[in-house]
Amino acid sequence: MRANYVIRRVFFLIMVIWTAATINFILPRLTGRDPIKEQLTQQIASAGRKAEDAEQMWRKYNELFGLDKPLWQQYVTYISHVARLDFGYSINSYPRTVMDIIISRGRLTLPFVSVAIIIAFVGGILLGALLGWNKSPKWLSTIVVPPLMVLSSVPQFLVALVLIYFVAFRWKLFPLGDPYPKTMVEDWSSLKFIGQYAYHAVLPILSIVLVELSGWALGMRAMMVTVEGEDYAVFAEAKGLKNGRIFYRYLMRNALLPSLTGLALRLGFIITGASVTETFFNYAGIGSTLGAAISNFDYFLLYGIVIIMVMSIAFATFIMDMIYPLLDPRIAYRGQRG
Amino acid sequence: MSDRPVIEIKDLKVYFYVKAGTVKAVDGVNLTLDPGVKMGLVGESGSGKSTMALALMRMVRPPATIEGQMFLDGVDLLTLKEEEMRRVRLSEIAMIPQGAMNSLNPVMRIRDQILDGLQDHGVRMSRADADKRITELLEIVELPKKVLRMYPHELSGGMKQRVCVAIAISMRPKVLIADEPTSALDVVIQRQVMETITRLVNTLKLSMILIGHDMGLMAQSVDRIAVMYPGKLMELGDTRDMFAEPLHPYTQALINSLPVLGKRGVFNGIPGIPPSVINPGPGCPFYDRCPKVIEGLCVKKMPPFREIKPRRFVACHLYEGVN
Repeated sequence: MRANYVIRRVFFLIMVIWTAATINFILPRLTGRDPIKEQLTQQIASAGRKAEDAEQMWRKYNELFGLDKPLWQQYVTYISHVARLDFGYSINSYPRTVMDIIISRGRLTLPFVSVAIIIAFVGGILLGALLGWNKSPKWLSTIVVPPLMVLSSVPQFLVALVLIYFVAFRWKLFPLGDPYPKTMVEDWSSLKFIGQYAYHAVLPILSIVLVELSGWALGMRAMMVTVEGEDYAVFAEAKGLKNGRIFYRYLMRNALLPSLTGLALRLGFIITGASVTETFFNYAGIGSTLGAAISNFDYFLLYGIVIIMVMSIAFATFIMDMIYPLLDPRIAYRGQRG
Repeated sequence: MSDRPVIEIKDLKVYFYVKAGTVKAVDGVNLTLDPGVKMGLVGESGSGKSTMALALMRMVRPPATIEGQMFLDGVDLLTLKEEEMRRVRLSEIAMIPQGAMNSLNPVMRIRDQILDGLQDHGVRMSRADADKRITELLEIVELPKKVLRMYPHELSGGMKQRVCVAIAISMRPKVLIADEPTSALDVVIQRQVMETITRLVNTLKLSMILIGHDMGLMAQSVDRIAVMYPGKLMELGDTRDMFAEPLHPYTQALINSLPVLGKRGVFNGIPGIPPSVINPGPGCPFYDRCPKVIEGLCVKKMPPFREIKPRRFVACHLYEGVN
């Protein structure tokens, strides 16, 4: 029964990634644009080179990228490359491979975004649970809810700007931007570097946490109120249970379930979801790379990032699917009963 | 067993202060329950019987307020601190909930849901002892041992309600409050669960307040019946006397509305609807549906709830002169 469930989910995971990869393959070819030709024309125009050898260069590049082969053959090569996480070379920074760029940029993005997401989730859930709990003091809601409402409706870049202006520029508590001092070299084995990275990450993390925490908190608050109306919450009180037990095991435990699905989806966007923050804090992370790839028509880099994005969402959902039956015993059997 | 009533309610009032006015869900109820007695509390929807149950557990939430006195074995529950009241729940006064389908926490095993009530009332025991005790409780309510390790969604409605019964008796309380314990079940299961509850109440010598609207079920299950009509107690007496000679016109109408085996024809309903409990008038709440209404009197003045014969109480102007 359990094994069956896992196998089904793994199959699902592979299908999702395969479908996404296929769409990723077909879609750009339907646009009728030729990235290499465009790139060459642009370079020729800007460098003032002669146009005579352009045709030859175009043919050469097509051969290099395998674009002269029949479509099905291109597709097979493409899929087998995707399976090996090999997305070829970046058009713009040619000798570097796409994977190499993704890894070097992702290294800067992943740590601070994941920390921000986790802080926002845990803090928001706890705060929301307290706000929704009927045993909490009234003043808590009176004080906390209005700022949460404001934060949840303010766009993230505004929060980032306010933080940069006041905390970094006026009060000079934290750096204005950059993932680490310009004088330093990226070296993840040095504690000093990691310390500097953490110091530089405080404001970017804060800008994400402030906005996302309020969302989690307001959602959790609403779920708590719903759960408190359930018969099992009333019966738990009639059982004379201690408040702490009712709060954690009966109310929060049940109110948490929908938010966990939300967390899985959010974690899927861990790599790309920080482009706003990265732009404002001048991080050369994955988010800003994605933006650059779009504006430069760097198709291969774009494919690579999109596929990685799809994979991380699919994996996050998969992991949540694996954990969910442990959290909600009703789930695992649903498939069996149809 | 002492003769002192196990529960004594004096002038109990549960009011909800809302924008539209004051909702008098329970308005001046007096009631005593002797040890080992099963009492039925009947009334239509909205008559305040479930609020009574919650009030007895002291579980009405703001904006509701409770006034009056509620003695459990001589202790006024309304004077207890919140933590003291928490300890009283389950260990002295326990509840079998109304919504059988949804009264158990969906994400906890049955074992843990029985155990946590015991633990929070100071019962400390080893894993093996806990399993033994819980298995015994499950046996008492006629459930197999394997239920221990199951989740609520794996049980039928009747089984879930049996688990709730097991929880309710787990600390051997003095009083059991069963709030329509079978209303979510089909009639066959209803009867089985009701038989289990009655058997347990008898063997464990508990007192019970059974809340419901089904006079037929009451006739089979309880010793005494209290009839409620929005916010007020109308009549109280032993089950036999009540069916033999209902005094209050409302009780008469209720008993008349029961279907009789073999009799054909139209059912005798009670015409009209119950009055609103928001800002009720000064008179008897039943006056506008009452076939025996005394013009000019019933609308103005609520009759007192008096003992007109031994063990027989009624609130009606018709019996003003009696005794």
